[in-house]
Amino acid sequence: MTDTAEAPEVADEAREALLEAVTSELGDAVVQHHLLPGKDLWIRVANDAFTEVGEYLKDRQRFRYFSYLSAIDWLPSPFGRSHEAMADEADDAGSEEEAEEMVSGYAGGDTRFQILARVYNLTTGLGLNVKADISDDAMSISSWTGIYPGASWHEREAHEMFGIGFSGHPNLDALYLPGDFEGNPLRKDFPLLARLVKPWPGIVDVELMPSDENPEDQAS
Amino acid sequence: MTAISDRRQLAYVAAQAAEARVNIELETEGMTLNIGPQHPATHGTLRIVARLDGEQVIDAYPVMGYMHRGYEKLTEVRTYPQVTTLVNRIDWLGSFCNEVPFILAAEQLMEIEAPPRAQHIRTILFELGRIGHLTLFLGDLGVQLGAVTPVFYAFRDREHILNQMEAATGGRFHPNFDRIGGVKDDFPAGWIAETKQSLQKIRDFCNLMEDLLFGNEIFAARTRGIGVIPADVGLSYGLSGANIRGSGVDWDLRRDAPCGLAWDQAEWKVWTHPDGDAYARSWVRLQEVRESCSIVEQLLDNMPAGPIMAKVPRIIKVPAGEAYVATENPLGEMGYYIVSKGGLTPFRVKIRSASFNNMSISPWLLKGTYVPDVITILASLYFILGDIDR
Repeated sequence: MTDTAEAPEVADEAREALLEAVTSELGDAVVQHHLLPGKDLWIRVANDAFTEVGEYLKDRQRFRYFSYLSAIDWLPSPFGRSHEAMADEADDAGSEEEAEEMVSGYAGGDTRFQILARVYNLTTGLGLNVKADISDDAMSISSWTGIYPGASWHEREAHEMFGIGFSGHPNLDALYLPGDFEGNPLRKDFPLLARLVKPWPGIVDVELMPSDENPEDQAS
Repeated sequence: MTAISDRRQLAYVAAQAAEARVNIELETEGMTLNIGPQHPATHGTLRIVARLDGEQVIDAYPVMGYMHRGYEKLTEVRTYPQVTTLVNRIDWLGSFCNEVPFILAAEQLMEIEAPPRAQHIRTILFELGRIGHLTLFLGDLGVQLGAVTPVFYAFRDREHILNQMEAATGGRFHPNFDRIGGVKDDFPAGWIAETKQSLQKIRDFCNLMEDLLFGNEIFAARTRGIGVIPADVGLSYGLSGANIRGSGVDWDLRRDAPCGLAWDQAEWKVWTHPDGDAYARSWVRLQEVRESCSIVEQLLDNMPAGPIMAKVPRIIKVPAGEAYVATENPLGEMGYYIVSKGGLTPFRVKIRSASFNNMSISPWLLKGTYVPDVITILASLYFILGDIDR
């Protein structure tokens, strides 16, 4: 399944060639991909092929430089508008229903959590974003520490912030949080308490100008 | 008679035991040394738990989180213009450099491009940030190796750069000057000439440091061959900036991943050093300060005329999409992965900070080194705790 953006007509031969090599040589492991010509390339790979893809990228495609690994929680925030600025309420009222369902970004996705990693090939200067789905039941993926040792701290961070397990990681200790901390702060259903208790004073910054104010509109 | 021989026997046993005890005390069973959380070598509060065998480190385990402020979570409840205030505080010595990649990523999503003059101003302030940052590094490096003088020169001469920063942006440390679509303001009158004078002072400082530190035999003895990072290992740990260029890897995002800023309009060189040790990393940083001075001077001479802001709506909404933009910050690759769902606030921001990766090599690097070298190695990796913990 391809969803290459058609908007800019820039040809991006280097990235297209890379994409073709990756999709043909990895076969079914690449579930979906997305190419923004002249900007960036995304591939989404199968969860169980994550390590295999990492090895392939490092050894065969010379993506020797590991940039980062993290995760995305695609659940829309259950705290809704209280998490956003006041101005959002004013001109964003129509999007309430749309916010209910979960939408994944580039290269799609079927699960709530996704792993996001980035590697570079220093010879061609190209970066590649690798995504992988994390199923809610297993909540785990194989570790990249054997391929890129630098992934170790990133995986510990993703483990404590999102609760994702990494099989094969030598020691998934908490990196930042104290030992008795409960919960995974970067999950969307983890409330930002400070914001719930007291509205953000910065709302003042986006307050409507006196000329824009219309008492009738505000009432509705 | 038996009593005397018994007593002798007892004395003999006691002496044996005492000797054994002394031997036990001399035998190095290993000890655990806590370095930090408050050590001058750490630019913040980092704690390293090191297991020692005599003077040798068997195992080092960095403990972070003393400065974790949860910026990735906070960005989800801030509008895009408000986020720059937060990211200023990630790497507090190079604040302006933190703003730029975030703004560039947001601009990429909005498909806005800042006018050339704004790009020039950004690049100049970016490089001034680098000069101020690395100047302090050079002074700090000395003080951590026991040379107290360089740090006074560093603070004295960095002040010239900070003054220029303040004159242009109003903030010495946290300029908060970059805007989506351009920059807040143009340079004040007379700023360009003053900046050129400041750059001359920094050049003198570099020459001074080269004599004081790099020409110093003790400095060379304490840094050469210490903390050697082979290029392959460095790459797989994701090292960037002078740390990877000090290992002979010719990779600089300013040249290799152009993002619209004005670096391509100046003549400059990416410095590398093949040795990969603490000396190489420091030497590369010294050359980078000089190179930055030359970039700023060239850009100041070729300022394009024109507006400093593109046309941007008053309430900034970023269309749905994802973008990753990274720039070569003083510490290395600093990037933001922005996921937008089309609202006023980002849906998720992954902050890829240079120090996090640069520091993640430390358990590997510190293994087998000696205690005095631990400080040298940490100083030469050069990290800012705010940049690790975010």
